[in-house]
Amino acid sequence: MEKFDVIVIGAGVTGAMIARELSRFELSVAVIEKESDVCMGTTSANTAIVHAGYDPVPGTLKAELNVRGNKLWDQVAFELDIPFKRTGDYVVAVGDDEFKKLEVLFERGKKNGVLGLEILSKDKTLSKLPYLNRDVGGAIFAPTGGIVDPFQAALAPMENAVINGVHLYLETSFIDFIFEGNKIIGIKTNNGEFLSNWVINAAGLYSDVIMHKANIHPEFKITPRKGEYYIFDRNEFAIPDVLFPVPTEFSKGIMITTTVHGNTIIGPNSHEVDDKEDTSNTREGLEEVYKGASKLVPEINLRHAIAIFAGLRATGNARTPNPNIDYHHDFLIEAHPQLGLLNVAGIESPGLASAPAIAERVVELLKDSGLELKEKKDFNPIRKPRKRFRDMSNEERAQLVKENPLYGRVICRCEYVTEGEIVEEIHSPIPAKTYDAIKRRTWLGTGRCQGAFDTPRVVEILSRELGVSPLEVTKKGSGSYFLLRKTKEVENG
Amino acid sequence: MDKYDVVVIGAGPGGLAAAISAKKEGAESVLIIERDKEPGGILNQCIHNGFGVEIFKEDLPGPSYAERFVTEAESLGIEFMLDSMVLEVTPQKKIYTTSKWYGFKEIEATAIVLAMGARERTRAQIRIPGFRPAGVYTAGSAQRFVNIEGFMPGKRFVILGSGDIGMIMARRLTLEGAKVERVLEIMPFLTGLTRNYVQCLQDFNIPLQLSHTVNRILGKNRVEAIESVQVDENFNPIKGTEEIIPADTLLLSVGLIPENELSRKVGVKMDTLIQGPFVDEEMQTSIPGIFAAGNVVHIFDLVDWVTEAGFTAGKGAARFVKETKEKSDLVKLVPGNNIHHIVPQYLKKDALQNGPIKLMMRVIKPMEEKVWVELSDGKNLITRKLERYVRPGEMVILTVPQKAYDDVKKAKELIVSIEKFGG
Repeated sequence: MEKFDVIVIGAGVTGAMIARELSRFELSVAVIEKESDVCMGTTSANTAIVHAGYDPVPGTLKAELNVRGNKLWDQVAFELDIPFKRTGDYVVAVGDDEFKKLEVLFERGKKNGVLGLEILSKDKTLSKLPYLNRDVGGAIFAPTGGIVDPFQAALAPMENAVINGVHLYLETSFIDFIFEGNKIIGIKTNNGEFLSNWVINAAGLYSDVIMHKANIHPEFKITPRKGEYYIFDRNEFAIPDVLFPVPTEFSKGIMITTTVHGNTIIGPNSHEVDDKEDTSNTREGLEEVYKGASKLVPEINLRHAIAIFAGLRATGNARTPNPNIDYHHDFLIEAHPQLGLLNVAGIESPGLASAPAIAERVVELLKDSGLELKEKKDFNPIRKPRKRFRDMSNEERAQLVKENPLYGRVICRCEYVTEGEIVEEIHSPIPAKTYDAIKRRTWLGTGRCQGAFDTPRVVEILSRELGVSPLEVTKKGSGSYFLLRKTKEVENG
Repeated sequence: MDKYDVVVIGAGPGGLAAAISAKKEGAESVLIIERDKEPGGILNQCIHNGFGVEIFKEDLPGPSYAERFVTEAESLGIEFMLDSMVLEVTPQKKIYTTSKWYGFKEIEATAIVLAMGARERTRAQIRIPGFRPAGVYTAGSAQRFVNIEGFMPGKRFVILGSGDIGMIMARRLTLEGAKVERVLEIMPFLTGLTRNYVQCLQDFNIPLQLSHTVNRILGKNRVEAIESVQVDENFNPIKGTEEIIPADTLLLSVGLIPENELSRKVGVKMDTLIQGPFVDEEMQTSIPGIFAAGNVVHIFDLVDWVTEAGFTAGKGAARFVKETKEKSDLVKLVPGNNIHHIVPQYLKKDALQNGPIKLMMRVIKPMEEKVWVELSDGKNLITRKLERYVRPGEMVILTVPQKAYDDVKKAKELIVSIEKFGG
């Protein structure tokens, strides 16, 4: 049986960033993930924003880790080759009443230590963002806000962790803890048992279920909150800015933002659901998203939408550790040294922004709990940068194609993803073995044709590179086959 | 850099016709760039009949229809660059392409024909709620899997949209032993050709439900069922009419959109109603010398009409090339063997009418022997002069005598080279 110093449950952005931080030390670390790839839960479907930090209530963990995480993102993105842009973001007030509420956010931001916040008048807002609703009352501008590739936010640190010795077990679901007396000594999974001194619970939507198995915080509950989105064809409708409405108590509201590739996104709405797997879009939800976004920008034409998706937030009910603050949806990050369990739960927005700081905090907690942390001499903080044909100059493209002709064959016509990039990802340290795994790594199939052109070609490449029949190739693992049988003609030769 | 009179982007029926007519109408060098491995475009996967009734008065399958044009293009000496993607077209008519076989290339054209065809509308454009499992395909991708790759994407189908590709696929899949449960059409009328309805649906007892759409996709990993719903006159679902249809695959045949990414990038004016470029009667776009043919302009019903539009565009391109050549009164001076550069770079065609002209140049490397400095039109020598040596530090001068007037006038380009005296 494998024995580790630390097991991390969950390979979303939180688990991946934690694994990477742990890989700096002389520790044996395993990450288990129930899905067929890294980044398939909450991290795969969100707004992809590195929040500035003016939104969380001052004094909460969310506020502290958001602001700290935001500062860490430049370094993390640089070392791990994660597409990240510090675009700045706006909170747009529609009407005078909302404008007054901006003051509150502005003061919160100052208390939280967010630098450079500015309140813009109506005229200044409209001159910077001329496409806005004419009734806008003004805006806050936060220069430290940014956008990130949400998939690479988890994939890149996980790959770096693997390069630095972390073991990743995919399609491995937690079943229960193994106890020796009152101490957790390992976990049972569908893939066998793993022994470990520490277990870190970064299981996102399932983090409550897991901690309850150890009889910790029986009152803690994750309530999935669904958010739905539209993505637009950048050639038809592109708003290059990150625009929030004035938030409510429960949500930052339906916003308009852009991906790192320039596709406008609108969403999310926010509705509690019972099922932790219910990432389905609904007619009503999509309508609500459209109406909400139209409040900021009236000229949204759904004809130019190219994709819809829905994600689930892992909303917890943890009280802020500081007893003077009455806030009940904070991150829950705490170590139980006697038990050997560390929970990282209720990581909803601003979880992506906070992730590097959460990982840092986890290491501090482990250290305070007595885990010996000796830095590895040969830790390599750099992930091998990817060649992205789309982002290259023509000279660079010419050179690349000369070196390896596979980079000359464009497989995704909308996003210009080449065969060379796909093959590299299939054979990368965390191999991309499904269509969606390639999609998350390269953004193939995310453009205006939504994979209609590339799908047959990618099935062929996956089949060739993995040495399996095209009938074995899946969209996202577990039974999601593209093809069900050969045609009669082929079958009968 | 490679140069062509006419470059056609796309080797589907529109592009093939345009290339053929451009060549026949006098364009000397014609290149077709195609992103697929074979020319013919979408016709290659349309193995059913129904092509050529107007043009050939014959009822051909798609690949045979394409083959006739490919054969003709090849016999006319039209060049093909296959498995190659055009990344950009500039208003100066430079074309950037990339390919596994030819590398990254810059190509210059006098005239360009845009013939990129169309793409299929996606699920988001019709906003179908539910999960995003495997088993949702555009009718065209499914057709490629079945007819080109030899694989069935499903066993039990629901088809959304009564477009032609969807109906044709309904028949094809049934013949392959699959069950097509239903064709749903949101409009209160058929959107494809009546003949396809009769031959593909009626003859195979496949039900068509008008004023119906997909309400929801069920199944998280692979499609498990499709929920259909009836819609009112404003296309809103009517509550209580939902029906769950067990199926493992949903095909979308909900229309085509002209594929105009390159057209937009180069800046031709676009008709936002049909999402194609504005064209005149020659199929010329708002940029002189850039033409458009086929579904890139608007969605055609029959391929025969695409071919016809291609002929028109190709003829226009040839006319443009001819006029450009006539208008051009400059001949380029091209540095040949061991010549670094020449000044002037161009001569007017009638430059010698007022007397001889001095060409000034530098050589690339020294040659310490007797050499000829030769001016030719690429084939015939026009004039030459003997030098005892040439050195990069010393300018070489060649005077073109007045008697070369006719040679210069008819030359397409003028080349100066240094050649060994004895050679």
